[in-house]
Amino acid sequence: MLSIKDFAVSFRTRRGEVEAVRGISLDLATGETLGIVGESGSGKSVTSYALMRILDAGGRIKAGSATFDGRDLAQAAERDMQAIRGREISMIFQNPRAALNPIRKVGHQLEDVLRRHGRATRANARAKAIEALEAVRIRDAEARYDAYPFELSGGMCQRVVFAIALACGPRLLIADEPTTGLDITTQKAVMDLVRDLTRDRGMSSILITHDLGLAAEYCDRLAVMKDGKIVETGPAAALFADPRHPYTRKLVDATPRPGAGLRDLLPVETRTPLADHAPGDRALVQVRDLVKTYPGKSGPVHAVKGISFTIREGQSVGLVGESGCGKSTTSSMLVRLLDRTSGDILFDGFDIAAIPADRFVRDARRSQIQMVFQDATDSLNPRHSARQTIADPILRMSDLRGTALTARIEELATLCGLPLPLLDRFPHQLSGGQKARVGIARAIALDPKFLILDEPTAALDVSIQAVVLNLLADLRARLGMTYLFVSHDLNVVRLLCDHVIVMQGGEIVEQGPAARVMDAPRHLYTRTLLAAAPRPPAAIAPATTSAAE
Amino acid sequence: MTDATQVPGRKPDGAWAHLLHVLRENPVTMLSFGMFAFFLLQAVFGAMLVPHDPLATNATNALQPPNWTHWFGTDSLGRDVFSRVVVATRLDLTISVLAVAISFVIGSVLGAIAGYWGGWIDAVLNRILDTIMAFPLFVLAMGIVAALGNTIENIIYATALINIPFYARLVRAEVNIRREAGFALAARLSGNSHLCTLAFHIFPNALPPMMVQVSLNMGWAILNAAGLSFIGLGVRPPTPEWGIMVAEGANYIISGHWWVALFPGLWLMLAVFTFNLMGDGLRDIVDPRRRT
Repeated sequence: MLSIKDFAVSFRTRRGEVEAVRGISLDLATGETLGIVGESGSGKSVTSYALMRILDAGGRIKAGSATFDGRDLAQAAERDMQAIRGREISMIFQNPRAALNPIRKVGHQLEDVLRRHGRATRANARAKAIEALEAVRIRDAEARYDAYPFELSGGMCQRVVFAIALACGPRLLIADEPTTGLDITTQKAVMDLVRDLTRDRGMSSILITHDLGLAAEYCDRLAVMKDGKIVETGPAAALFADPRHPYTRKLVDATPRPGAGLRDLLPVETRTPLADHAPGDRALVQVRDLVKTYPGKSGPVHAVKGISFTIREGQSVGLVGESGCGKSTTSSMLVRLLDRTSGDILFDGFDIAAIPADRFVRDARRSQIQMVFQDATDSLNPRHSARQTIADPILRMSDLRGTALTARIEELATLCGLPLPLLDRFPHQLSGGQKARVGIARAIALDPKFLILDEPTAALDVSIQAVVLNLLADLRARLGMTYLFVSHDLNVVRLLCDHVIVMQGGEIVEQGPAARVMDAPRHLYTRTLLAAAPRPPAAIAPATTSAAE
Repeated sequence: MTDATQVPGRKPDGAWAHLLHVLRENPVTMLSFGMFAFFLLQAVFGAMLVPHDPLATNATNALQPPNWTHWFGTDSLGRDVFSRVVVATRLDLTISVLAVAISFVIGSVLGAIAGYWGGWIDAVLNRILDTIMAFPLFVLAMGIVAALGNTIENIIYATALINIPFYARLVRAEVNIRREAGFALAARLSGNSHLCTLAFHIFPNALPPMMVQVSLNMGWAILNAAGLSFIGLGVRPPTPEWGIMVAEGANYIISGHWWVALFPGLWLMLAVFTFNLMGDGLRDIVDPRRRT
């Protein structure tokens, strides 16, 4: 149905022409689901943009053909492409909220597409739009028709985008990271919907993702891309059982999966024994009846409803939950960026919650409690070089200056695996993994006792995630730090943490040793979370892709 | 540890290489910086280089058209228009640079405070700025100069005051969107007080759009100063100043002595033009993200 041959895409940049896609060939059969898997910069999204001919200015299809139904998309006139987009091939994007017009009702946006492609008239557009919303299993579609995107949750927005994509009955759907940024249970719901509907309608689909586990669960066949080339294609199960290309091997290894330890994520040749990790008995952080209530327009919002837990010295505790469960609010209060409404936070026996967040800066314990932020890009000052970023806490909170300061910065960089020549670069000149290292180096600059890790790997590629998780484990062993690891990904939490706290709706629903919570979850919500996580096929025994259905 | 070990051989651009790149990339930027250098040279060395004393009158030589001795001709008192135009550059640039500097500093401080702390400070400040903006700005400046007295300092203060709202609003918006950014929170964790976070982490990130505002403002400030002088406020004759010279020359246009008003007007126009064109280039220079 779609046949791509020697497809190449290039971009004009300040440093000359850069080839983003270097001659790939792919075939897609009718009704087939193909997964294109690769890490950032592999050219997977560019391929899809080029197929739809929506490349940014400066990008062009340099060579090759993409034959869809006898027409070459690479050569087609813009006029023909307009007819093809939406009606023959449609696309759903990563950020559903950005894909919808924020100031128009979702129903009207659906009608636009229907009428543009002649699928509806002014008279029946509303009925057809509601029908389309019902098709993507939106409950109470009649009422949702009048909703604005900001009134809908992320998952609901993605359903609306999907409804728009399906509205004109396309034969090929391209989904570019459709669930990145969505909660794990929402991800499962959206992906199940995409799979069911494309299957029912006999559509072909291309799923572009960085998540090998997700692709394996939902695709018939996978193509692994690296540096603009396809390095390996094959059925998902076979790819996991017997990866031929070293890069595929590396990706398969780096995907967190049940039964694999931290070191198993790394390429075989770099695996060193993991230092023993035994938490002490003394309580470092004790949280008692912690409450946070925000004043809201329609009554107070209870973000955290009286939670209590203890973190022992040297322990790594995972704080798990979906967006809105209060885990970020909790970590903000623990790191003293946010004042609590009531409750105690005992740090080394002293109630730090009693000190207002504004004044905690001057407290001696400021340097003891640090945080690694979720988004490494957002958490680095764009105007500061890596060196300045790491120096900031040292300059503010210690007397180290001159050569001693330089030596300390270089020691930290080495500790975090950041090559010294990179210290003078600005954040935009660093890769995602390098930025994460700068963020970690800054956080540990003053030897904190307690480090809060707020989804430090959420924005990273899997192979980088594997490296960063291992780095965190090594640092823990060397510096004897205590971690609170905030995450939505139970598989990742299990790798690093001894103890897990599961939060839902501002309350702790379950806590206990990591192995116990993961293997024998007691609370329904924990079980739902565990079930929603994509399960990559086991690397040894070839499992079927339908195992999770 | 695979991701970080690949260090490409070439070093990222330094500040000089970046400046050169910005100039080379855009010919308009190159042109504007060249013209700015031209005006700057006139301001610094003009008084030493001009062929005639800008204040020396010579009644026998009045209203000569442009010729080889007097390139831009002479005015009604026989003064050399070229010398006067060149010498006036220093005064006009000083007024506009000082005025813009004052409004930049005051506007930045007010805007940053309002944007960072918000609440009633923000509300009060915004209403005050709205009040200033509600006046026709040139009339307001006229009023200030007329009330405070007819001096160059008062022109500077008046020009600065009417420009403050533009900076304050811009900084307020830029600071506000970064108040909760990850790097601002990280700065707090690194031991920065609110004030340090604002001054050393958030505010510098507002500079790129500020530069565009500065360059547009420089143009307005020059026009404003010249405009005040034109209507007889501020700089007094016989001091050479573009606005006064245009005003003086305007009387002679009807009688065919076009050069008296044309050349100072031309210089005024070129200066405003230069500053307006410089904006994008300045922004690109102060934005480290434009470096590769």
